[in-house]
This record gives sequence, structure tokens and C-alpha cells, in this order.
Amino acid sequence: MSSTMNKVLFLFLRRMRLPLLVLTAAYSISVLGLVLVPGVDDQGNPWRMDFFHAFYFVSYMATTIGFGEIPYAFSEAQRMWTVFTVYLSVVAWLYAIGKMLALLQDPAFKLAVGQHGFDRSIRRLRQPFYIVCGYGDTGALVVSSLLKRGKFAVVIDNSQERITELALQGLPTYVPALCADASVSARLMDAGLRNYFCQGVVALTDNDDANLKIAITTKLLNPDLPVYSRAERQDTENNMASFGTDQVINPFTIFARRLGLALRSPPHHMLHQWLNSLPGSRLPSRLEPTHGRWILCGFGRFGKAVYRELEQQGLETTIVESNPGVADCPSQCIEGRGTEADTLLLAGIHSASAIVAGTNRDTHNLSILMTARELNPDLFTVGRQNLEDNSLLFDAADLGLVMRHDEIIAEAILSHLTSPLLPLFLTRSCEQAADWANEMISRITAVVGERVPDVWALGLDEASAPALLERLGHQEITLGQLLKAEHPTHERRPCIALLLQREDEKETLMAPADETPLRPGDQILFCGQHRSAAPMALALKESHALEFVLTGQDRPEGWIWRSLGSGRS
Amino acid sequence: MNLEKLIFGFFIILALTLNFGFVLGEIDNPAHHNVYELFAAIVINLVATLLKLGDRTQTGALLLGSSLVAVLQLAVAAAVWAYASQIHGDGLDPVFMASVVSLAAGAVIANIISVILLITDTVALRR
Repeated sequence: MSSTMNKVLFLFLRRMRLPLLVLTAAYSISVLGLVLVPGVDDQGNPWRMDFFHAFYFVSYMATTIGFGEIPYAFSEAQRMWTVFTVYLSVVAWLYAIGKMLALLQDPAFKLAVGQHGFDRSIRRLRQPFYIVCGYGDTGALVVSSLLKRGKFAVVIDNSQERITELALQGLPTYVPALCADASVSARLMDAGLRNYFCQGVVALTDNDDANLKIAITTKLLNPDLPVYSRAERQDTENNMASFGTDQVINPFTIFARRLGLALRSPPHHMLHQWLNSLPGSRLPSRLEPTHGRWILCGFGRFGKAVYRELEQQGLETTIVESNPGVADCPSQCIEGRGTEADTLLLAGIHSASAIVAGTNRDTHNLSILMTARELNPDLFTVGRQNLEDNSLLFDAADLGLVMRHDEIIAEAILSHLTSPLLPLFLTRSCEQAADWANEMISRITAVVGERVPDVWALGLDEASAPALLERLGHQEITLGQLLKAEHPTHERRPCIALLLQREDEKETLMAPADETPLRPGDQILFCGQHRSAAPMALALKESHALEFVLTGQDRPEGWIWRSLGSGRS
Repeated sequence: MNLEKLIFGFFIILALTLNFGFVLGEIDNPAHHNVYELFAAIVINLVATLLKLGDRTQTGALLLGSSLVAVLQLAVAAAVWAYASQIHGDGLDPVFMASVVSLAAGAVIANIISVILLITDTVALRR
């Protein structure tokens, strides 16, 4: 019996002690009275009820069933006693039932029951899962995308409201959720930190300190488990990296880096966007920011990250900040919020080619962009959206680029959870020429159309590809064969290989060609339509399916059919 | 002095004494065994059991266990008595009386264990 079950049981028993005592007392007084009070039988002889009949009578009387006066009609004295016992026992029952209902409604009791249910669902989990701490906008995005990619998640959040929201959201599978402070190590243990199936911890609370605590707890209690954490302050980021947090995600830095990539090479940026976006959403369109002078409104964490990147690209930048002293601005900075026309005019809005509204207030950002566009309609506009609720407004504003806090974090985390090969591919792709990126883009478009492609990885190891390994022992198989490139009856699978990594990471092929021979221990990263992932995984496992993929022939399975088939041929 | 301890001690010991009083006498002689005493023993045993509900200590759990045994034994004894006196053709004959009393005697053992547990608990507390 688990400790929470114990807690629930003891809480229940302790609270029910008094009501049960009252019931026992009411029953015993009633029964004893009935036995003692004199009566007469049907012959008119003096008669006293025995304990058996008294208990029988009280049992149906107290529960208001009322079969009548059994076995003989009562004497007046017995009736007087019955009047008393009716009120006594009915009140006792009402009290006991009332107490029990109140106990079931009790928040403490509900919490204990909820925790027990959570513990049980964690213990019964038989599939790999991630612990997601914090179910805000970002957490919700991460969880729903994880489920979409066929992975499983467990949620901890300290707000009951968000837990309820999770239950009401109608996710495709049941996601166990615990309402607790995730930075308390015992709660993380409850969520399955040391569970055999736990694949990693994702710290997404909106508090940097809590995320830090989660990362430390995980690294201490289960050092092998990867931790992905959000960090918005530079010091937290450095701190986390110092004790081996696997991936620290600073949304501002990520966004600035992407902006930098877009400035350097639009095709590369587009390829990154496509592979990083949430699967199933619309493909982001091509982004071509200008190389003129930039105006940067707001020099907070976001502004600083963007400024560094713009400096690196050698672009001239004018900073507008309402509080230059506190924000630690470079010297040539214009004081003001940027929401008024005169500040923007002072910043030279007419001669600028792009504007970034990066304050931490969504209304200010929108106001800055609207004013700026009125003054100079040709501006390339970049807006920072802080709250998910304002999505509609930012969509309607039709900006060149929107920095959506939650999406960036969710995408960054997903790309790591998908496969370690994806970040590798993205890094390597930056070394390739723009033409190469353009070619990749057109190949991906040919396969997936207008939706963001799914990305998955396959490993040719004993566990996931036994059938293929067996065949590789005596025959060469190429990547193209696996993708059914020249299949006699079927069409090519709607996916392309992005990266092939040989065993021991000796050799890494970018966008491997169809003729590439497969070798045991290879890791391959694919992107394309989700529906091609499962049959491909099956072909690696089942020799029958593999045979069909390679030759197009349905080889008879089973001893009898096989021997019949060989006889015929 | 702890009122809770006093009340609980009172019920535990009363349960034992009543139970013992019922069992005392020739085992198959209905005249030696009073039905009211059996009733009282059942009620007091029930109360003693309920008083220990929700106690999370080790002794509390043991006491609850032994009290439950006593209640179970007495309840079966009462059921046998009811069967013999109401349904059985010959009424409460010596055979049934003997089984009622022996069941109640089993409950006495459970009650003695309860009292011993109570005493050891108290002694350990004193030290």
C-alpha cells in the first residue's frame, strides 16, 4: 500500500470515528430499550422482545424502511420507546452521512485522493515519458506537441486552475497532472523522477529560481536524466550550464540568433524555421529583413540580445529606451518610450529601414509599431509578444516578424526532445551554401506541401532494427531502398533523409543520397509526413515487411506456406 | 492525565471484564451465560475498536487489530446465538451454547492482548 493510500485511509477513518461512535451508541441504546420494555404477544401473554428481533426492528426502523411492528403488535410502552428511538437513530444517521459527505468534499481529502490517483497512474506507466514542470502557455504547447509526436508527458504545476485547464483541454491521451510546487524535490520524485521510464525533465515554470532548483534536483537525484530548462536571466543560464543542465533555453538569445541567421542567409533561416516549428502548423513564409538602419525600442533582456546580434551583423542601430540609466544603454541612446511620434522622429524613423518593439508590455509594443508604420510605411517591423492571449492582436497587426515567447521555448525544447540529431543537422546546415538550403527547401515542400513537416530519427541497432541488421549481414541495402525509391508497385515514401550519422560518430552525411549504403549502428534523421514514420519503423523490425519494401514481393510467412511456396518455385 | 487515554483505557478494560464475565461458568449451561452481558460486551468492544480508528502509531494499529478480532468473534457468537434461539428447532441447546461461549472465549484472548498492549504502551511512556 502506498503512503498516499495510507494517508487517504487514515484521514477517512479518523474523521469518521465520531460519527461511527454516535451510530453505535444510538443503535445499542435503541436495541437495549426494546429488549427491556415489556410487551404482549398475540395471545395477550406478557412478552419481551429478544435481541435478534430488536436488532432486526431497529435496523429497518433507523434506515426509515419501516416494515411495521414485528413479530407482534407493540404495547403502548414499546411504542413510546420507538418514538424516542426513531428520532435518535434517524438523527444519528443524518449526522453520520452528513459528516461523510462533508469529508468527501473536504479540500484536504480531495487533495489526498488526487495525489493517490496521480501516484497510481505514475506507477502504472509502462511507456517512456517526460516530466513537464509548469503548465503555462509554453508547457501546454510542449505537452500537446509531445503527444502529437507520440510521446508521453506528466505535468506538475502549482496552480490548481491550470491543472483543471489541462483536464478540460481534451488532450488525446490522459496526462497525469499533480498540483504541487515542482521545485520541491519530493514532488519531483512523486512525478517519477527515478522511474525507469522517465526520459527527461523539462523545467518551464515562469520563475527562474524554481527552474534552477528543478534542474539541480534532477541532476542530483538522477544524474543520467537529461534536463531541459528555460532561463530568462543571463546569470541563471550560466549557473544552469555550470552543473551540466543539458539544454538551457533562453528565448531572447534564441530569437536574436534566428534574426541574425535571417539577416545572414534567408534560405537557411527558412530551413531552420520549418524544421523547428510545431508540427502540423502552417509553414512560415520566407523572411527577408533589410540591411539598413534599425531602431530598437526597449533595451531590456530582449533588446540587449537583439542588439548584440545586430552589432555582429555590422548594422547601424538606434536605441530608444525609457530608462537608459537603469537599462545600461550604450551612450548614443534616445530617451523615451517610443510609443509617441516625437521620440520616433528623434530616432530618425524616416531614414530607418526596420524597427523592433521589444518592451515587456504588449500594448506598448503594438502602439510603437502602429505609430512607426504610420510615419514610415516601408519599415520592416519586429514585435515582441509577451502574452499568449494577445496572439489575435499581433496576427491582425501583420508584422514582419513576431517574437512569441512561448512558441520559441516550446520549439527549442521540442527540437531537443525529438532527436539529438536535429540540433546537429541545424548546426551543420549553417556551413552549407545558400543554394544547398534552397534545394533542401524545395525538396521538403515537394514532400509535405504546406504544413510543417514532422521530424523523427531511426537507429539501426539491435533493439529497433533486428530485421534490417540480419539482412545487412549478407546483402547491401541502400537508403533509397528503405524509402521505396524504386519500388515496383508502391510510390516513394513522403519523407526525405536529412542526416545520416555512422556508428561512433565517425562520419556524418548531410542530406544523404539514395545510393548511400546502410550500415549497422547508423542513425538517420528523417523529415516528412508523419504517416510514413510508423511503417518505416515496422519494416526495420519485421523481416516480412522488410522483404516487401525491398523486393515488392509478399513472401509467405510461416513454415507451411513457406515450404509450399518453395515447392512451387 | 490524558482524558483520551483514560476513556480508551476504560473501554478496553471494560470490554475485557464484560467478555470474561459472560464466558465464566459451565460452557454448555445457558443459565450461566447472560445474553445481556453478551450484548454489552459487543457494544463496548465496538466502541473500543472505533476509538482506535485512524490512529497511525504502531501500538494503535496493533490495538485496532486485536479489537477487530474480538468484535468479529463476538459478532459470530451473537449470530450463532440468534440462529440457535430463532431458527434451530430445539432452541438454545447445550451444543450451541458451547459454541457461543467458546467463540466468546476467543474474544477474551484478543481482549487480554489489547489490555497487555495498553499496559506496555503506558509503561514505555513512563520510562
